[in-house]
Amino acid sequence: MSRPRQDPDLVRPYVRTGGRTRPSTDVRLESVVFAATGTRPGLNPDARRLLALFAPAQGGGLAVAEIASALALPPSTTRILVADLIEHGLMTLAQGQPDDRLPASLIERVLNGLRAHA
Amino acid sequence: MASALTPDRFVAPTVTATAKIVVAGAFGVGKTTFVSSVSEVPPVHMEEPITRASALVDDLARTPAKSTTTVGVDFGRTHLSDDLVLYLFGTPGQIRFRFLWEELIVGALGALVLVDPRDLDASHEILGLLEENGVPYAVAVNQFDGAPHHPLGEVHEALALAGHTPLTVCDARERASCMQALIQLTEYLVRLAHSLEPRP
Repeated sequence: MSRPRQDPDLVRPYVRTGGRTRPSTDVRLESVVFAATGTRPGLNPDARRLLALFAPAQGGGLAVAEIASALALPPSTTRILVADLIEHGLMTLAQGQPDDRLPASLIERVLNGLRAHA
Repeated sequence: MASALTPDRFVAPTVTATAKIVVAGAFGVGKTTFVSSVSEVPPVHMEEPITRASALVDDLARTPAKSTTTVGVDFGRTHLSDDLVLYLFGTPGQIRFRFLWEELIVGALGALVLVDPRDLDASHEILGLLEENGVPYAVAVNQFDGAPHHPLGEVHEALALAGHTPLTVCDARERASCMQALIQLTEYLVRLAHSLEPRP
């Protein structure tokens, strides 16, 4: 456990996700998720490791890509694990305002933010 | 075993929306530098295994010690407001890894393509792939020290860009320069979004 595993086994991600290759919720690499506190019995080791990442979170969130990097899991596998945890009520997805579904509104907010920080 | 994340890796609890911009370009063009300049935390690297098992077996048989089994992406982030975070993903130079490529472009607002003025031809493949996938993009010439200064009109022509495609010069090492390139891309995306809205 003391050093990172370099595991070239390509079967493993597939087994880890129960044979699924797509998450059931719309979870993307840039999706930000927040974790519920506390532990739950019956979680698989990957799910426990994933939730353990949030120990120093203080209510903050992580992007799925950040989780993939920290756990050295493939991004595609991580998306599925996160979607499962959301379905089980152990994680929540950052909820956008209704207007964010309109791309023009989000793009304008990004533009305003970039200008404010340039 | 993963080491604990530092508190700065977490985004604010008030974040409700995220946006993604892809920083694309040929190998060695400065994508990672660009992402580092804009990101408020050191960029992070993630790797996706190549999904064709046969390729893996072949590689391992020939070069057992060499890690050629994954393709990597660097990404960084910056809070644009209390509730909005922008993620930048630097795409791999080897765009034949379609699997990860698709994960990267889904949901992206658009792409900023960095080009090396010493090797404009290297950008055609990535431009073609963005066009095939309908990803709107702007182009920024990363002005390397000692590189030739082509007039932008010539670069526009050499890259066979559409007339409306923004083209600018940037220095990937300078945050202000990178922010200007992102602003230029986003202004273009705003114009596109409005032109695509249904007319009342």
